[in-house]
Amino acid sequence: MNAFEINGLSKVYENGNRALNDVSLTVPKGSFYALLGPNGAGKSTMINILADTVRPSSGTVSLLGHDLFNERNWCKRRMGVVPQEIAFDPFFTPREVLRFTSGLFGCKPDEAWLDELLDRLELTVHAGKKARQLSGGMRRRLLVAQALVHRPELVILDEPTAGVDVELRRKLWDFMRELNDAGTTILLTTHYLDEAEELCDHVAIIDHGALLTAQPMRALMRDIASSYLWLNYGQAVTLTDADHDALAGLEPRSSDEGVCLKLGRSENGDSTFHQTYQAAVARFGPPLDAGVRSEDLEDVFLRLTRRAGGDDAAAECKS
Amino acid sequence: MRQWNLLGAWSLFLREVRRFLKVKMQTIMTPALTAMLYLVIFRYAMGDRHVPGMNVDYFTFLVPGLAMMAMLQNAFANTSSSMIMGKVMGMHIYLLMAPLSAFEVVVAFLAGAVVRAVVVATVFLLVLMPFVDLSMPHPGIVLLYGICASIIMGGLGLIGGMWARDFDQVAMVTNFVILPLTFLSGVFYSVKQLPEFWQVINHANPFFYLTDGFRYGFLGVGDTDPYASVGVVLVTVVVTVIACWQLWRSGWHMKE
Repeated sequence: MNAFEINGLSKVYENGNRALNDVSLTVPKGSFYALLGPNGAGKSTMINILADTVRPSSGTVSLLGHDLFNERNWCKRRMGVVPQEIAFDPFFTPREVLRFTSGLFGCKPDEAWLDELLDRLELTVHAGKKARQLSGGMRRRLLVAQALVHRPELVILDEPTAGVDVELRRKLWDFMRELNDAGTTILLTTHYLDEAEELCDHVAIIDHGALLTAQPMRALMRDIASSYLWLNYGQAVTLTDADHDALAGLEPRSSDEGVCLKLGRSENGDSTFHQTYQAAVARFGPPLDAGVRSEDLEDVFLRLTRRAGGDDAAAECKS
Repeated sequence: MRQWNLLGAWSLFLREVRRFLKVKMQTIMTPALTAMLYLVIFRYAMGDRHVPGMNVDYFTFLVPGLAMMAMLQNAFANTSSSMIMGKVMGMHIYLLMAPLSAFEVVVAFLAGAVVRAVVVATVFLLVLMPFVDLSMPHPGIVLLYGICASIIMGGLGLIGGMWARDFDQVAMVTNFVILPLTFLSGVFYSVKQLPEFWQVINHANPFFYLTDGFRYGFLGVGDTDPYASVGVVLVTVVVTVIACWQLWRSGWHMKE
Protein backbone atom coordinates (compact mmCIF):
# COMPACT_ATOMS: atom_id res chain seq x y z
CA MET A 1 0.00 0.00 0.00
CA ASN A 2 1.11 3.54 -0.68
CA ALA A 3 1.18 6.27 1.92
CA PHE A 4 0.18 8.92 -0.60
CA GLU A 5 -1.13 8.65 -4.11
CA ILE A 6 -1.34 12.10 -5.62
CA ASN A 7 -3.01 12.38 -9.01
CA GLY A 8 -3.20 15.45 -11.23
CA LEU A 9 -2.83 17.89 -8.35
CA SER A 10 -2.99 21.52 -9.45
CA LYS A 11 -3.23 24.80 -7.59
CA VAL A 12 -3.84 28.19 -9.10
CA TYR A 13 -3.94 31.02 -6.55
CA GLU A 14 -6.38 33.91 -6.79
CA ASN A 15 -3.65 36.13 -8.21
CA GLY A 16 -3.28 33.72 -11.12
CA ASN A 17 -0.04 32.16 -9.90
CA ARG A 18 -0.01 28.50 -10.90
CA ALA A 19 1.87 26.92 -8.01
CA LEU A 20 1.23 23.29 -8.94
CA ASN A 21 0.58 21.97 -12.39
CA ASP A 22 -0.92 18.50 -12.75
CA VAL A 23 1.47 16.80 -10.33
CA SER A 24 1.15 13.06 -9.83
CA LEU A 25 3.29 11.35 -7.23
CA THR A 26 3.27 8.12 -5.29
CA VAL A 27 4.89 7.92 -1.86
CA PRO A 28 5.36 4.29 -0.78
CA LYS A 29 4.38 3.39 2.77
CA GLY A 30 7.39 3.23 5.05
CA SER A 31 9.58 5.32 2.75
CA PHE A 32 11.76 8.27 3.66
CA TYR A 33 10.81 10.51 0.78
CA ALA A 34 12.57 13.73 -0.23
CA LEU A 35 10.50 16.34 -2.01
CA LEU A 36 12.99 18.78 -3.45
CA GLY A 37 12.78 21.93 -5.49
CA PRO A 38 14.08 25.49 -5.61
CA ASN A 39 12.30 28.24 -3.68
CA GLY A 40 8.83 28.81 -5.09
CA ALA A 41 8.80 25.44 -6.86
CA GLY A 42 5.48 24.41 -5.28
CA LYS A 43 6.71 22.11 -2.48
CA SER A 44 5.04 23.99 0.33
CA THR A 45 1.84 24.40 -1.67
CA MET A 46 1.72 20.63 -2.08
CA ILE A 47 2.36 20.09 1.61
CA ASN A 48 -0.20 22.70 2.59
CA ILE A 49 -2.79 20.98 0.42
CA LEU A 50 -2.01 17.68 2.16
CA ALA A 51 -2.26 19.45 5.53
CA ASP A 52 -5.61 21.07 4.59
CA THR A 53 -4.44 24.64 4.93
CA VAL A 54 -4.64 25.29 1.17
CA ARG A 55 -7.42 24.14 -1.15
CA PRO A 56 -6.42 22.41 -4.40
CA SER A 57 -7.76 23.65 -7.73
CA SER A 58 -7.99 20.09 -9.04
CA GLY A 59 -6.66 16.62 -8.49
CA THR A 60 -7.09 13.80 -6.03
CA VAL A 61 -5.02 12.53 -3.12
CA SER A 62 -5.37 9.21 -1.41
CA LEU A 63 -3.75 8.58 1.94
CA LEU A 64 -3.33 4.93 2.95
CA GLY A 65 -6.13 4.14 0.50
CA HIS A 66 -8.52 6.80 1.86
CA ASP A 67 -9.65 9.84 -0.09
CA LEU A 68 -7.93 12.79 1.58
CA PHE A 69 -10.58 15.32 0.57
CA ASN A 70 -13.61 13.23 1.49
CA GLU A 71 -12.27 11.52 4.60
CA ARG A 72 -10.33 14.47 5.95
CA ASN A 73 -10.48 13.73 9.65
CA TRP A 74 -9.61 10.05 9.26
CA CYS A 75 -6.56 11.11 7.29
CA LYS A 76 -5.62 13.96 9.63
CA ARG A 77 -5.46 11.62 12.60
CA ARG A 78 -2.76 9.66 10.80
CA MET A 79 -0.71 12.62 9.65
CA GLY A 80 1.68 14.93 11.46
CA VAL A 81 2.91 18.07 9.72
CA VAL A 82 5.80 20.36 10.59
CA PRO A 83 5.00 23.64 8.86
CA GLN A 84 7.70 25.72 7.25
CA GLU A 85 6.77 28.89 9.10
CA ILE A 86 7.46 28.97 12.81
CA ALA A 87 4.15 29.17 14.65
CA PHE A 88 3.98 29.36 18.41
CA ASP A 89 1.47 30.20 21.07
CA PRO A 90 3.08 32.80 23.34
CA PHE A 91 0.75 32.02 26.24
CA PHE A 92 1.81 28.45 26.80
CA THR A 93 4.84 26.38 27.68
CA PRO A 94 6.11 23.60 25.37
CA ARG A 95 4.60 20.95 27.64
CA GLU A 96 1.22 22.70 27.64
CA VAL A 97 1.39 23.11 23.86
CA LEU A 98 2.09 19.40 23.43
CA ARG A 99 -0.77 18.41 25.73
CA PHE A 100 -3.11 20.71 23.85
CA THR A 101 -2.00 19.45 20.42
CA SER A 102 -2.36 15.87 21.60
CA GLY A 103 -5.93 16.64 22.69
CA LEU A 104 -6.75 18.34 19.39
CA PHE A 105 -5.89 15.10 17.63
CA GLY A 106 -8.20 13.20 19.95
CA CYS A 107 -5.44 11.61 22.05
CA LYS A 108 -5.23 11.76 25.81
CA PRO A 109 -1.82 13.20 26.65
CA ASP A 110 0.67 10.37 27.05
CA GLU A 111 3.13 11.94 29.51
CA ALA A 112 5.79 9.29 28.92
CA TRP A 113 5.70 10.00 25.17
CA LEU A 114 5.72 13.76 25.80
CA ASP A 115 8.79 13.32 28.00
CA GLU A 116 10.48 11.28 25.31
CA LEU A 117 9.69 13.86 22.63
CA LEU A 118 10.98 16.69 24.80
CA ASP A 119 14.10 14.68 25.56
CA ARG A 120 14.82 13.63 21.97
CA LEU A 121 14.32 17.18 20.75
CA GLU A 122 16.44 18.63 23.57
CA LEU A 123 13.57 20.62 25.01
CA THR A 124 13.30 19.05 28.46
CA VAL A 125 14.99 21.92 30.29
CA HIS A 126 12.81 24.40 28.40
CA ALA A 127 9.54 22.53 28.92
CA GLY A 128 8.34 24.97 31.57
CA LYS A 129 9.27 28.19 29.76
CA LYS A 130 6.79 30.28 27.84
CA ALA A 131 7.08 29.64 24.08
CA ARG A 132 8.00 33.28 23.48
CA GLN A 133 11.14 32.74 25.61
CA LEU A 134 12.41 30.01 23.28
CA SER A 135 14.97 30.62 20.55
CA GLY A 136 14.10 30.13 16.88
CA GLY A 137 15.73 26.70 16.80
CA MET A 138 13.87 25.61 19.94
CA ARG A 139 10.56 26.78 18.50
CA ARG A 140 11.22 24.79 15.35
CA ARG A 141 11.97 21.69 17.40
CA LEU A 142 8.74 22.28 19.28
CA LEU A 143 6.92 22.21 15.93
CA VAL A 144 8.50 18.81 15.26
CA ALA A 145 7.32 17.57 18.66
CA GLN A 146 3.82 18.85 17.94
CA ALA A 147 3.76 16.94 14.66
CA LEU A 148 4.73 13.72 16.44
CA VAL A 149 2.64 14.03 19.57
CA HIS A 150 -0.24 11.87 18.28
CA ARG A 151 2.12 9.20 16.91
CA PRO A 152 1.19 9.67 13.24
CA GLU A 153 1.82 7.03 10.61
CA LEU A 154 2.93 9.74 8.18
CA VAL A 155 5.12 12.68 9.06
CA ILE A 156 5.53 15.62 6.72
CA LEU A 157 8.52 17.82 7.45
CA ASP A 158 8.65 21.12 5.60
CA GLU A 159 12.21 22.34 6.09
CA PRO A 160 12.38 21.22 9.72
CA THR A 161 16.04 21.99 10.26
CA ALA A 162 16.17 25.61 9.07
CA GLY A 163 17.86 27.53 11.88
CA VAL A 164 18.76 24.39 13.84
CA ASP A 165 22.44 23.94 14.64
CA VAL A 166 24.47 21.05 13.22
CA GLU A 167 24.56 18.87 16.32
CA LEU A 168 20.84 19.13 16.98
CA ARG A 169 20.17 18.55 13.30
CA ARG A 170 22.09 15.28 13.51
CA LYS A 171 20.08 14.24 16.55
CA LEU A 172 16.83 15.16 14.85
CA TRP A 173 17.74 13.06 11.81
CA ASP A 174 18.73 10.14 14.04
CA PHE A 175 15.30 10.36 15.64
CA MET A 176 13.57 10.55 12.25
CA ARG A 177 15.54 7.57 11.03
CA GLU A 178 14.42 5.58 14.07
CA LEU A 179 10.81 6.51 13.42
CA ASN A 180 11.21 5.53 9.77
CA ASP A 181 12.80 2.21 10.75
CA ALA A 182 9.78 1.60 12.97
CA GLY A 183 7.47 2.03 9.98
CA THR A 184 6.62 5.73 9.91
CA THR A 185 6.52 7.21 6.43
CA ILE A 186 8.38 10.49 6.22
CA LEU A 187 8.00 13.12 3.52
CA LEU A 188 10.73 15.71 3.78
CA THR A 189 11.46 18.98 2.07
CA THR A 190 14.83 20.52 2.74
CA HIS A 191 17.45 22.68 1.10
CA TYR A 192 20.20 20.59 2.71
CA LEU A 193 20.56 18.21 -0.23
CA ASP A 194 23.41 16.26 1.31
CA GLU A 195 21.12 15.36 4.19
CA ALA A 196 18.32 14.39 1.82
CA GLU A 197 20.73 12.15 -0.11
CA GLU A 198 21.94 10.51 3.06
CA LEU A 199 18.52 10.02 4.66
CA CYS A 200 16.00 9.44 1.92
CA ASP A 201 15.34 6.32 -0.09
CA HIS A 202 13.08 8.09 -2.60
CA VAL A 203 13.22 11.51 -4.17
CA ALA A 204 10.97 13.76 -6.20
CA ILE A 205 12.13 17.02 -7.72
CA ILE A 206 9.65 19.69 -8.69
CA ASP A 207 10.15 23.08 -10.27
CA HIS A 208 7.74 25.72 -11.52
CA GLY A 209 4.91 23.59 -10.14
CA ALA A 210 5.75 20.58 -12.34
CA LEU A 211 7.24 17.25 -11.38
CA LEU A 212 10.66 16.77 -13.00
CA THR A 213 11.43 13.34 -11.66
CA ALA A 214 10.29 10.93 -8.96
CA GLN A 215 12.12 7.70 -8.31
CA PRO A 216 14.13 5.76 -5.77
CA MET A 217 17.23 7.72 -4.74
CA ARG A 218 19.58 4.94 -5.89
CA ALA A 219 17.98 4.78 -9.32
CA LEU A 220 18.16 8.54 -9.74
CA MET A 221 21.83 8.63 -8.85
CA ARG A 222 22.59 5.64 -11.07
CA ASP A 223 20.62 6.89 -14.09
CA ILE A 224 21.13 10.62 -13.96
CA ALA A 225 24.23 11.37 -11.91
CA SER A 226 27.42 11.38 -13.97
CA SER A 227 31.02 10.68 -13.01
CA TYR A 228 34.04 12.54 -14.31
CA LEU A 229 37.67 11.60 -14.66
CA TRP A 230 39.93 14.53 -14.05
CA LEU A 231 43.54 14.52 -15.04
CA ASN A 232 46.05 16.94 -13.59
CA TYR A 233 48.80 18.13 -15.96
CA GLY A 234 49.90 21.04 -13.79
CA GLN A 235 48.52 23.54 -16.29
CA ALA A 236 45.44 24.15 -18.43
CA VAL A 237 45.19 21.99 -21.52
CA THR A 238 44.08 23.69 -24.70
CA LEU A 239 41.71 21.37 -26.48
CA THR A 240 41.92 21.31 -30.27
CA ASP A 241 39.27 20.20 -32.73
CA ALA A 242 41.29 17.03 -33.20
CA ASP A 243 41.11 16.41 -29.41
CA HIS A 244 37.37 16.86 -29.48
CA ASP A 245 37.04 14.49 -32.44
CA ALA A 246 39.28 11.89 -30.85
CA LEU A 247 37.51 12.06 -27.50
CA ALA A 248 33.97 12.45 -28.84
CA GLY A 249 31.47 11.04 -26.36
CA LEU A 250 33.73 11.80 -23.40
CA GLU A 251 32.74 15.47 -23.39
CA PRO A 252 36.32 16.71 -22.87
CA ARG A 253 36.64 20.00 -21.04
CA SER A 254 39.65 22.01 -20.12
CA SER A 255 40.14 22.92 -16.49
CA ASP A 256 42.72 25.14 -14.75
CA GLU A 257 45.11 22.29 -14.17
CA GLY A 258 44.34 19.84 -16.92
CA VAL A 259 41.43 18.15 -18.52
CA CYS A 260 38.18 16.53 -17.46
CA LEU A 261 36.37 13.66 -19.19
CA LYS A 262 32.96 12.19 -18.62
CA LEU A 263 32.80 8.57 -17.54
CA GLY A 264 30.09 6.33 -18.80
CA ARG A 265 29.03 2.70 -18.60
CA SER A 266 29.65 -0.04 -21.10
CA GLU A 267 26.86 -2.24 -22.43
CA ASN A 268 27.35 -4.74 -19.60
CA GLY A 269 27.10 -1.94 -17.02
CA ASP A 270 30.79 -1.66 -16.13
CA SER A 271 32.45 1.72 -15.73
CA THR A 272 34.38 3.02 -18.74
CA PHE A 273 37.12 4.31 -16.43
CA HIS A 274 39.88 2.16 -17.92
CA GLN A 275 39.14 3.01 -21.57
CA THR A 276 38.73 6.69 -20.77
CA TYR A 277 42.00 6.86 -18.86
CA GLN A 278 43.83 5.07 -21.69
CA ALA A 279 42.33 7.43 -24.27
CA ALA A 280 43.42 10.47 -22.24
CA VAL A 281 46.95 9.18 -21.77
CA ALA A 282 47.17 8.39 -25.48
CA ARG A 283 46.11 11.93 -26.30
CA PHE A 284 47.82 14.06 -23.60
CA GLY A 285 50.41 11.76 -22.05
CA PRO A 286 50.54 10.48 -18.46
CA PRO A 287 49.07 12.98 -15.95
CA LEU A 288 50.71 14.16 -12.74
CA ASP A 289 47.63 13.13 -10.83
CA ALA A 290 44.16 11.79 -11.61
CA GLY A 291 40.88 11.12 -9.87
CA VAL A 292 37.19 10.41 -10.25
CA ARG A 293 34.46 12.70 -9.07
CA SER A 294 30.85 11.52 -9.03
CA GLU A 295 27.99 13.95 -9.12
CA ASP A 296 25.98 14.11 -5.92
CA LEU A 297 22.32 14.90 -5.45
CA GLU A 298 23.06 18.61 -5.49
CA ASP A 299 24.61 18.34 -8.96
CA VAL A 300 21.69 16.30 -10.24
CA PHE A 301 19.24 18.71 -8.67
CA LEU A 302 20.96 21.72 -10.26
CA ARG A 303 21.17 20.04 -13.62
CA LEU A 304 17.47 19.09 -13.61
CA THR A 305 16.21 22.40 -12.31
CA ARG A 306 18.44 24.45 -14.63
CA ARG A 307 17.15 22.43 -17.55
CA ALA A 308 13.60 23.08 -16.41
CA GLY A 309 14.47 26.77 -16.26
CA GLY A 310 15.85 26.71 -19.82
CA ASP A 311 19.58 26.47 -19.01
CA ASP A 312 21.00 23.21 -20.26
CA ALA A 313 24.43 23.73 -18.80
CA ALA A 314 26.08 20.59 -17.55
CA ALA A 315 27.28 20.33 -13.98
CA GLU A 316 30.58 21.98 -13.30
CA CYS A 317 33.58 19.73 -13.62
CA LYS A 318 35.50 20.21 -10.41
CA SER A 319 38.53 18.38 -9.17
CA MET B 1 -19.38 7.24 9.20
CA ARG B 2 -19.18 10.49 11.15
CA GLN B 3 -16.44 10.34 13.75
CA TRP B 4 -16.71 12.88 16.54
CA ASN B 5 -13.62 14.29 18.17
CA LEU B 6 -15.05 15.37 21.50
CA LEU B 7 -11.64 15.30 23.18
CA GLY B 8 -10.35 17.62 20.47
CA ALA B 9 -13.23 20.06 20.98
CA TRP B 10 -12.76 19.88 24.75
CA SER B 11 -9.03 20.58 24.38
CA LEU B 12 -9.74 23.60 22.22
CA PHE B 13 -12.30 24.86 24.73
CA LEU B 14 -9.79 24.42 27.58
CA ARG B 15 -7.14 26.28 25.61
CA GLU B 16 -9.54 29.16 25.04
CA VAL B 17 -10.34 29.36 28.74
CA ARG B 18 -6.72 28.99 29.86
CA ARG B 19 -5.64 31.60 27.35
CA PHE B 20 -7.71 34.32 28.94
CA LEU B 21 -6.97 33.09 32.46
CA LYS B 22 -3.23 33.44 31.74
CA VAL B 23 -3.74 37.19 31.41
CA LYS B 24 -6.53 37.65 33.93
CA MET B 25 -5.55 41.19 34.84
CA GLN B 26 -6.21 42.18 31.26
CA THR B 27 -9.18 39.94 30.52
CA ILE B 28 -11.10 39.85 33.80
CA MET B 29 -9.99 42.54 36.21
CA THR B 30 -9.68 45.37 33.67
CA PRO B 31 -13.21 45.00 32.19
CA ALA B 32 -14.68 44.68 35.70
CA LEU B 33 -12.78 47.77 36.84
CA THR B 34 -13.83 49.75 33.75
CA ALA B 35 -17.46 48.89 34.36
CA MET B 36 -17.13 49.94 37.99
CA LEU B 37 -15.61 53.27 36.97
CA TYR B 38 -18.59 53.92 34.70
CA LEU B 39 -20.80 53.12 37.62
CA VAL B 40 -19.07 55.47 40.04
CA ILE B 41 -19.09 58.31 37.51
CA PHE B 42 -22.77 57.93 36.66
CA ARG B 43 -23.64 57.40 40.31
CA TYR B 44 -22.25 60.81 41.24
CA ALA B 45 -23.45 62.49 38.06
CA MET B 46 -27.04 61.26 38.41
CA GLY B 47 -27.33 61.25 42.22
CA ASP B 48 -30.42 59.46 43.61
CA ARG B 49 -32.54 60.15 40.56
CA HIS B 50 -34.98 57.45 39.46
CA VAL B 51 -35.34 56.19 35.92
CA PRO B 52 -38.54 57.67 34.41
CA GLY B 53 -41.32 55.10 34.08
CA MET B 54 -39.51 52.56 36.24
CA ASN B 55 -39.62 52.22 39.99
CA VAL B 56 -35.85 51.90 40.26
CA ASP B 57 -33.01 54.29 41.00
CA TYR B 58 -30.46 55.05 38.32
CA PHE B 59 -27.58 53.30 40.11
CA THR B 60 -29.45 50.02 40.37
CA PHE B 61 -30.66 50.41 36.77
CA LEU B 62 -27.08 50.75 35.52
CA VAL B 63 -25.62 47.66 37.20
CA PRO B 64 -27.19 44.90 35.03
CA GLY B 65 -26.68 47.02 31.90
CA LEU B 66 -22.99 47.43 32.60
CA ALA B 67 -22.67 43.74 33.43
CA MET B 68 -24.26 42.91 30.08
CA MET B 69 -22.05 45.40 28.25
CA ALA B 70 -18.97 43.78 29.80
CA MET B 71 -20.28 40.35 28.72
CA LEU B 72 -20.92 41.49 25.16
CA GLN B 73 -17.53 43.11 24.74
CA ASN B 74 -15.58 40.30 26.39
CA ALA B 75 -17.30 37.51 24.51
CA PHE B 76 -16.43 39.32 21.28
CA ALA B 77 -12.88 40.01 22.42
CA ASN B 78 -12.25 36.39 23.40
CA THR B 79 -12.96 34.84 20.02
CA SER B 80 -11.77 37.73 17.85
CA SER B 81 -8.43 38.08 19.66
CA SER B 82 -7.85 34.34 19.67
CA MET B 83 -8.53 34.10 15.94
CA ILE B 84 -6.47 37.08 14.87
CA MET B 85 -3.59 36.18 17.15
CA GLY B 86 -3.69 32.66 15.73
CA LYS B 87 -3.57 34.04 12.20
CA VAL B 88 -0.82 36.55 12.89
CA MET B 89 1.34 34.07 14.84
CA GLY B 90 0.55 31.24 12.43
CA MET B 91 -1.05 29.02 15.09
CA HIS B 92 -4.36 28.83 13.24
CA ILE B 93 -2.91 26.12 11.01
CA TYR B 94 -3.08 23.72 13.96
CA LEU B 95 -6.84 24.16 13.99
CA LEU B 96 -6.99 23.58 10.25
CA MET B 97 -4.73 20.52 10.46
CA ALA B 98 -6.56 18.99 13.44
CA PRO B 99 -9.20 16.32 12.87
CA LEU B 100 -11.98 18.60 14.10
CA SER B 101 -15.25 19.28 12.33
CA ALA B 102 -16.33 22.87 11.77
CA PHE B 103 -19.12 22.37 14.29
CA GLU B 104 -16.69 21.17 16.98
CA VAL B 105 -14.40 24.15 16.40
CA VAL B 106 -17.27 26.63 16.58
CA VAL B 107 -18.79 25.09 19.71
CA ALA B 108 -15.41 25.10 21.48
CA PHE B 109 -14.74 28.75 20.60
CA LEU B 110 -18.22 29.88 21.59
CA ALA B 111 -18.09 27.95 24.87
CA GLY B 112 -14.81 29.70 25.68
CA ALA B 113 -16.41 33.07 24.93
CA VAL B 114 -19.39 32.27 27.19
CA VAL B 115 -17.08 31.30 30.06
CA ARG B 116 -15.09 34.52 29.81
CA ALA B 117 -18.24 36.66 29.60
CA VAL B 118 -19.78 34.91 32.60
CA VAL B 119 -16.57 35.19 34.66
CA VAL B 120 -16.21 38.92 33.93
CA ALA B 121 -19.87 39.64 34.76
CA THR B 122 -19.70 37.52 37.91
CA VAL B 123 -16.60 39.32 39.20
CA PHE B 124 -18.25 42.66 38.48
CA LEU B 125 -21.48 41.72 40.23
CA LEU B 126 -19.73 40.16 43.23
CA VAL B 127 -17.77 43.36 43.84
CA LEU B 128 -20.97 45.43 43.68
CA MET B 129 -23.14 43.14 45.76
CA PRO B 130 -22.59 45.05 49.03
CA PHE B 131 -23.64 48.34 47.39
CA VAL B 132 -26.71 47.44 45.41
CA ASP B 133 -29.87 45.43 45.93
CA LEU B 134 -30.15 43.01 43.02
CA SER B 135 -33.04 40.76 43.96
CA MET B 136 -32.93 38.91 40.60
CA PRO B 137 -36.59 37.88 40.43
CA HIS B 138 -36.08 36.02 37.14
CA PRO B 139 -32.77 34.11 37.30
CA GLY B 140 -33.76 31.95 34.34
CA ILE B 141 -34.11 35.06 32.17
CA VAL B 142 -30.73 36.33 33.41
CA LEU B 143 -29.12 33.04 32.50
CA LEU B 144 -30.87 32.73 29.14
CA TYR B 145 -30.08 36.29 28.01
CA GLY B 146 -26.54 36.21 29.40
CA ILE B 147 -25.63 33.00 27.63
CA CYS B 148 -27.40 33.92 24.39
CA ALA B 149 -25.68 37.32 24.32
CA SER B 150 -22.29 35.67 24.87
CA ILE B 151 -22.91 33.15 22.09
CA ILE B 152 -23.99 35.86 19.64
CA MET B 153 -21.04 38.09 20.46
CA GLY B 154 -18.60 35.17 20.56
CA GLY B 155 -19.88 34.22 17.11
CA LEU B 156 -19.49 37.75 15.78
CA GLY B 157 -15.98 37.82 17.24
CA LEU B 158 -15.18 34.55 15.50
CA ILE B 159 -16.43 35.88 12.16
CA GLY B 160 -14.60 39.18 12.70
CA GLY B 161 -11.40 37.33 13.57
CA MET B 162 -11.72 35.09 10.52
CA TRP B 163 -12.33 38.09 8.27
CA ALA B 164 -9.53 40.29 9.63
CA ARG B 165 -6.01 40.15 8.23
CA ASP B 166 -4.39 41.97 11.14
CA PHE B 167 -5.02 43.45 14.58
CA ASP B 168 -5.96 46.80 13.06
CA GLN B 169 -8.93 45.30 11.22
CA VAL B 170 -10.17 43.63 14.39
CA ALA B 171 -9.83 46.95 16.21
CA MET B 172 -11.83 48.55 13.43
CA VAL B 173 -14.72 46.11 13.90
CA THR B 174 -14.52 46.51 17.67
CA ASN B 175 -14.47 50.30 17.66
CA PHE B 176 -16.78 51.07 14.76
CA VAL B 177 -19.35 48.28 15.08
CA ILE B 178 -19.35 46.55 18.43
CA LEU B 179 -18.66 49.51 20.71
CA PRO B 180 -21.37 51.81 19.26
CA LEU B 181 -23.93 49.01 19.23
CA THR B 182 -23.24 48.11 22.87
CA PHE B 183 -23.20 51.74 24.03
CA LEU B 184 -26.47 52.37 22.18
CA SER B 185 -28.19 49.27 23.50
CA GLY B 186 -29.82 50.95 26.48
CA VAL B 187 -27.03 50.29 28.95
CA PHE B 188 -27.09 53.88 30.26
CA TYR B 189 -30.71 54.85 29.63
CA SER B 190 -34.24 53.63 29.24
CA VAL B 191 -35.41 53.98 25.63
CA LYS B 192 -38.59 55.53 26.97
CA GLN B 193 -36.48 58.58 27.79
CA LEU B 194 -35.60 59.00 24.10
CA PRO B 195 -37.42 60.87 21.31
CA GLU B 196 -39.56 58.60 19.16
CA PHE B 197 -37.05 58.51 16.27
CA TRP B 198 -34.27 57.25 18.53
CA GLN B 199 -36.61 54.75 20.11
CA VAL B 200 -37.14 53.24 16.64
CA ILE B 201 -33.38 53.20 16.06
CA ASN B 202 -32.81 51.48 19.40
CA HIS B 203 -35.42 48.86 18.65
CA ALA B 204 -33.53 48.03 15.45
CA ASN B 205 -30.39 47.33 17.49
CA PRO B 206 -30.33 43.62 18.41
CA PHE B 207 -28.12 44.33 21.42
CA PHE B 208 -30.92 46.43 22.91
CA TYR B 209 -33.08 43.31 23.42
CA LEU B 210 -30.18 41.49 25.03
CA THR B 211 -29.47 44.30 27.49
CA ASP B 212 -33.13 44.95 28.24
CA GLY B 213 -33.97 41.29 28.78
CA PHE B 214 -30.93 40.78 30.99
CA ARG B 215 -31.91 43.82 33.08
CA TYR B 216 -35.48 42.55 33.38
CA GLY B 217 -34.13 39.34 34.87
CA PHE B 218 -32.32 41.33 37.58
CA LEU B 219 -34.86 44.07 38.29
CA GLY B 220 -38.23 42.81 37.05
CA VAL B 221 -38.62 45.95 34.92
CA GLY B 222 -37.64 46.75 31.37
CA ASP B 223 -38.52 48.56 28.17
CA THR B 224 -39.81 45.48 26.35
CA ASP B 225 -41.45 42.19 27.24
CA PRO B 226 -38.45 39.82 27.58
CA TYR B 227 -40.62 36.78 26.89
CA ALA B 228 -41.70 38.31 23.59
CA SER B 229 -38.05 39.05 22.72
CA VAL B 230 -36.83 35.52 23.44
CA GLY B 231 -37.77 34.41 19.95
CA VAL B 232 -35.70 37.19 18.36
CA VAL B 233 -32.75 36.36 20.58
CA LEU B 234 -32.90 32.62 19.95
CA VAL B 235 -33.22 33.11 16.20
CA THR B 236 -30.18 35.41 16.31
CA VAL B 237 -28.25 32.74 18.22
CA VAL B 238 -29.12 30.07 15.67
CA VAL B 239 -28.30 32.32 12.71
CA THR B 240 -24.96 33.31 14.26
CA VAL B 241 -23.95 29.73 15.01
CA ILE B 242 -24.93 28.54 11.54
CA ALA B 243 -23.03 31.44 9.95
CA CYS B 244 -19.89 30.58 11.97
CA TRP B 245 -20.22 26.91 11.17
CA GLN B 246 -20.64 27.44 7.43
CA LEU B 247 -17.89 30.03 7.20
CA TRP B 248 -15.42 27.84 9.08
CA ARG B 249 -16.41 24.85 6.97
CA SER B 250 -15.80 26.79 3.79
CA GLY B 251 -12.37 27.95 5.00
CA TRP B 252 -13.44 31.59 4.47
CA HIS B 253 -10.39 33.83 4.88
CA MET B 254 -8.59 30.92 6.53
CA LYS B 255 -7.51 28.73 3.65
CA GLU B 256 -6.03 29.96 0.39
